[in-house]
Amino acid sequence: MAADRLKVGPIMCHAHGLCAELLPEMVRLDEWGYPILADGPVPPVLRSDARAAVAACPTLALRLRSD
Amino acid sequence: MTALDAARLPPTDHPRLLAGWAETGAITRYSGHRRRYGPLPGLDGPRLIELVSRSGLRGRGGAGFPTARKLRAVADGRGRRIVVANGCEGDPASAKDGVLLELAPHLVLDGIQLAARAVGANEAILAVHTGSRLLRTLAAALRDRGTGEVPVELAEVPRRYVASEESALVNHLTSGDARPTVTPPRPARRGVRGRPTLVDNVETLAHIALIARHGDGWFREAGTRDSPGTTLVTVGGAVALPGVYEIDLGMPVAAVLALAGGPVEPLQAVQIGGLGGSWLPLPYADGMPFTHEDARAVEAGLGVAALVALPVRACGIAETARVLRYLADESAGQCGPCMFGLPAVADDMAVLADGADRSGVVVRRLQERLGVIPGRGACAHPDGAVRLAAGALRVFAADVARHARGDSCTWTGAPPWLPTA
Repeated sequence: MAADRLKVGPIMCHAHGLCAELLPEMVRLDEWGYPILADGPVPPVLRSDARAAVAACPTLALRLRSD
Repeated sequence: MTALDAARLPPTDHPRLLAGWAETGAITRYSGHRRRYGPLPGLDGPRLIELVSRSGLRGRGGAGFPTARKLRAVADGRGRRIVVANGCEGDPASAKDGVLLELAPHLVLDGIQLAARAVGANEAILAVHTGSRLLRTLAAALRDRGTGEVPVELAEVPRRYVASEESALVNHLTSGDARPTVTPPRPARRGVRGRPTLVDNVETLAHIALIARHGDGWFREAGTRDSPGTTLVTVGGAVALPGVYEIDLGMPVAAVLALAGGPVEPLQAVQIGGLGGSWLPLPYADGMPFTHEDARAVEAGLGVAALVALPVRACGIAETARVLRYLADESAGQCGPCMFGLPAVADDMAVLADGADRSGVVVRRLQERLGVIPGRGACAHPDGAVRLAAGALRVFAADVARHARGDSCTWTGAPPWLPTA
């Protein structure tokens, strides 16, 4: 199974910050509230949290992309 | 500085794009152009792409991408294809595209026709800034050419720094919104009105016009293996004859400055690549060959091939602060790290220049900010600003230290060396 990676659409992102709440292992926020994503594929143990973060993004800016 | 004042006949090896203009003036009539350069060769599309591929031509708009790869990607696209010639030249440090369009408009128009043939396009757009005085020259040049060519529409683009960034230009030509969009898809796949679109800088297209006539071997007689040919450079700052010159790629930076009359006072650094470019310290930069590969080796880029010579008596931190303010103001305001990050970085740099960071808090905060901004915008605008700022902290470390002792900078109110308008 292809490894999924997180991607954020920089124009769509409006810094709601829910992703960092739901997936703190892979998302931290800069001082202006915009997400900084961890490099690399989402580890299997975090996959369901990553999907929850994607689903929670109010602007649909966060996505999971398989390589 | 008008384009004609800016262009100077380079006393150098192989003037090509600007060859002979000093004797004859600008060639705006198509008949005169054909007398000098000969007719457009009748190569077919695949043969043209092959020729450009062997020539090793790289884009002259900033990114230095191999032109043949772009041609091939668009030629492989489905349905109607479009050629966009980018003559906007949004970077205030650059004047070369304006000079080229004014002095040899038909070379660019030839290049547009050849590129259209190469990718199978049946329409083309030549984009310049809104209200540009080039519009009249170009409209006349277009009228002067025969029928049977792919029609070329002149388009006006807002005078904003990021408006002529590739995706912003495509967006503007499609919807009237001159702000960058997220890529991919690249314009080669989905460009103007969703059609596969070739976006090439006007100088790139002019080189294609010469390569089609003289061949790839001729093109490679100038330049290096990875940066072949000649290139137009805009030289500014503390040199005797600021202006646009044509050089062989690979010419050492000191020789380029010498072409522009040489330094008029002792220099400390050169800024390379346009405002979103890089600082290079002197004397290191003197010996650096002006090539993509040598620039990349020091984490810089040729960008729009501008060089600005900064004298010893100027303050690189104050200069950088001023440019960062400009770049922050020119953000399209779409992506958070650019919209908020660039003003913050510009503020920090201004604090350093004012000698108001005695505790060193601001320089550390600035370093952190520079670390998190790059790669997080839709376009490369924030990355360019960050590269300039980070380079300034390295190249002008002595100024940073002096300001940290509380010395404010006498140069914050002085006329700028780097143009921002």
